[in-house]
Amino acid sequence: MEKQRYERPILKKLEMGMPGKFGVAANLPPTTHIDGISVDSLVETYGSPVFILSEKTIRSVFKRAKKAFTTRYPKVQFAWSYKTNYLNAVCRIYHQEGSWAEVVSGFEYDKAIANGVQGQHIIFNGPDKSAIYLEKAIRNDSILHIDHLDELYTIIELTEKLAKKPKVAIRVNMDTGIQPMWDRFGFNYENGQAWDALNKIMHSGKLDLVGLHTHIGTFIMSPQAYGVAAQKLADLAIGIRQKYNHTIKYIDMGGGFASANTLKGFYYPGSDTNPTFDDYAEAITSALLNTQFTPDNLPLLILETGRALIDEAGYLLGTVIANKRLSTGKRTTIVDIGINLLFTSFWYEHKLTPARHYSQYTEATTVYGPLCMNIDVIRENVNLPLLNKGDHFVIHHVGAYNMTQWMQFITLRPKIVLIDQDGTAHVIRENETMDNVMNMEHLPAHLK
Amino acid sequence: MKLKENIAISDSGYLFNPSTGESFVLNPLGMEVLQFVKKGKSFEEISKEVLTRYSVDSITFEKDYQDFIHQLRQYLLIGSDE
Amino acid sequence: MNKKRVTVGISGLNAIDSPGPGMAVAMGLHEARSLDVRIIGLAYESLEPMIYMHDLVDRTYQLPYPSSGSDMILSRLEYIQEMEHIDVIIPNFDAELYSFMKIEPQLKRMGIRMFLPAMEQYEERHKVNLSKFGEKYDILVPHGKAVFEPKEVFDIKSEFTFPLLVKGKWYDAYIAYNIEQVLTCFNKISAKWGLPVILQKFVHGSEYNVTGLGDGAGTTVAAVAMRKQYITDKGKAWAGISIDDTYLLELTRKFVTATKWRGAFELEMIKTQDNKYYLLEINPRIPAWTYLAVGVGQNIPEALVRLALGLKVQPYESYDVGKLFIRYSKDMIVDREEFEKLSMTGEL
Repeated sequence: MEKQRYERPILKKLEMGMPGKFGVAANLPPTTHIDGISVDSLVETYGSPVFILSEKTIRSVFKRAKKAFTTRYPKVQFAWSYKTNYLNAVCRIYHQEGSWAEVVSGFEYDKAIANGVQGQHIIFNGPDKSAIYLEKAIRNDSILHIDHLDELYTIIELTEKLAKKPKVAIRVNMDTGIQPMWDRFGFNYENGQAWDALNKIMHSGKLDLVGLHTHIGTFIMSPQAYGVAAQKLADLAIGIRQKYNHTIKYIDMGGGFASANTLKGFYYPGSDTNPTFDDYAEAITSALLNTQFTPDNLPLLILETGRALIDEAGYLLGTVIANKRLSTGKRTTIVDIGINLLFTSFWYEHKLTPARHYSQYTEATTVYGPLCMNIDVIRENVNLPLLNKGDHFVIHHVGAYNMTQWMQFITLRPKIVLIDQDGTAHVIRENETMDNVMNMEHLPAHLK
Repeated sequence: MKLKENIAISDSGYLFNPSTGESFVLNPLGMEVLQFVKKGKSFEEISKEVLTRYSVDSITFEKDYQDFIHQLRQYLLIGSDE
Repeated sequence: MNKKRVTVGISGLNAIDSPGPGMAVAMGLHEARSLDVRIIGLAYESLEPMIYMHDLVDRTYQLPYPSSGSDMILSRLEYIQEMEHIDVIIPNFDAELYSFMKIEPQLKRMGIRMFLPAMEQYEERHKVNLSKFGEKYDILVPHGKAVFEPKEVFDIKSEFTFPLLVKGKWYDAYIAYNIEQVLTCFNKISAKWGLPVILQKFVHGSEYNVTGLGDGAGTTVAAVAMRKQYITDKGKAWAGISIDDTYLLELTRKFVTATKWRGAFELEMIKTQDNKYYLLEINPRIPAWTYLAVGVGQNIPEALVRLALGLKVQPYESYDVGKLFIRYSKDMIVDREEFEKLSMTGEL
């Protein structure tokens, strides 16, 4: 006789007034497969935890975003935000789809070059561009987005020895009606800093002012803020034409679009409320189309969105280490995924689903990571089915930032696997080994 | 260990404690185990019964059983050990 | 007159001290002259009193909370629809309206109609946007500000005088008399209802409400004005009287025409000593006191169901003035088995 599936015996007190959750079939459907491959077999083959990326999702989300903008505006260019996820395989998918590269460091710049991106298709952002990399970028015809006056002067100095006219834009910060206002990057619109920088660029005669850039914040829930920002950049562009008879080639709206994750403190899940690409596109493109740009003079619209493009394509698969009960009686589950791999759990209520079917019985559970630290919490309170030790689960929408900002802390980082469009899995980053870490260390002779 | 006598358990897994007015819900195995306890079966007997019918190892079940009994005790549904 | 048979799903079954509108809606529908109504209750919590009032509600199902996402609500409603063949749903909770608006097309495909405001109307009148709304439609609104961080609270001195109102995005409103109290309220409210928290100038005066119904094309199908006679410590009217205030009713028509409001609404107004009306809030749903409107001759729930079904509706032109509603609470006796059945199966 085949044995029945085991679910531990539980007793749950019915809080008066609260619904008897048991009765309501409100459990999340399990995630048994990702792009046709079973979660159990992925864990078996590649270990636990493991990051999985879906090429199919990456491409389909990209196409959705592109369509939202190109159906509303004639000239659109995406630039892949390297910091969001700079795995070469990932970057190359976006470059195949037609994205330029948007980099914020020398390291990322070199990665973009190594990925075969042409110099003129690399946008160099960020406050820390060394003279060496500025020179490299100028020689390659890359576009420099100037963050501060010190950088502007360094670039002007470099032109003297390079005999080249660098292509530059300035990053503009501004009040778009949202909180917090990001004013630490670039030049302020309202207090005249932006005009001051533009005047210096134009009067120098040594730089080719090709664009205007802004990046208003991160996980922006209000598309209207982008409308305001686009309007302000357009005003600057039109002002430059009037004053200098110089035409700005592009307006770069940066990134900051929200993905479908749910921010902590929000009542509704993000999948219901967060703006879609269409919402952002509508706000930005109508602001641009409603300015004084003539149809043949419309600037190219560049978008550097990262999170909203890739979050959905990333999964993190893990295993239950143990179940225990706190002194308060609260059920907790310890899993092999900690904030070292999933630091986005600081601000998201990450969706977590089991890898197989369970009965409708659930318990309110705190999910802890395996790190020996009190802050290592993946979900503070989530209704989970009765997972046993060794059971697998899937954390969703982890494609952005987790694979670049993860930490080698206490333990070694896991593999990253890409499932291609035919459903074949490829390891695109090996797990770290003891040797990887040890080889970087040196022991002074007296400690040997 | 003895289940309080006046406690009512319905087939659906609803448990009512008339002396405190509290209501509880049991899942199917929770109900089964509680019925065994009610009949005065020992852990060894219960464990044997459960292990033959469910795909679970004895260590896991023992741990879950202890947790379950602890919950019953915390909610004062069973008296303390004789 | 041949009564049309319809099955209507309603939520807001919590006839407690801060009552949901479900009971008033059900009573109105049972009294409808043109409809023969079967009522399906949609409950979130197991002690919502109306679940157990079998003369008002034919059957009740529990729904997952709106915060669990519209997909969850939808799959639960699919199950309920298989059993009940609901024609119209009237959602009565503020916190669930967003989710229901989101799934309106899917419900329509399942044969369930609703008559809700459009997303733009819903957003535009939101507490957070009320100041802009007042400007746009030339309606006086007490000065308000949405705050996202506790530190912003310290900067309000130039904008507000005390006391002021601190409001949650969906529910809760407290009067604060100093910065510390504003901060306490901010923390309390943001923990429960998220951000932003709304600060609003406190306007002294008497409270007047209008409940009405717009057909979505600019016509006011119903509008009844009421003066609150007795207000509970939660700010809810426990008694009120229907009044004939030309200005209020004109303002209501202006609101419906200008916004092409679709669905039921409640305007919460305050009249100051110098006879100025301020708009405090627009609730995009039927209020709990709607039975007064039914009692004075404007059956708003009935008209709403007819609009949802695409049936002809003759706008109400008048109503009885000077009628009171007086709310009362009453204990009912319920067998434990009923509670058990609902708790265990989610249905009763």
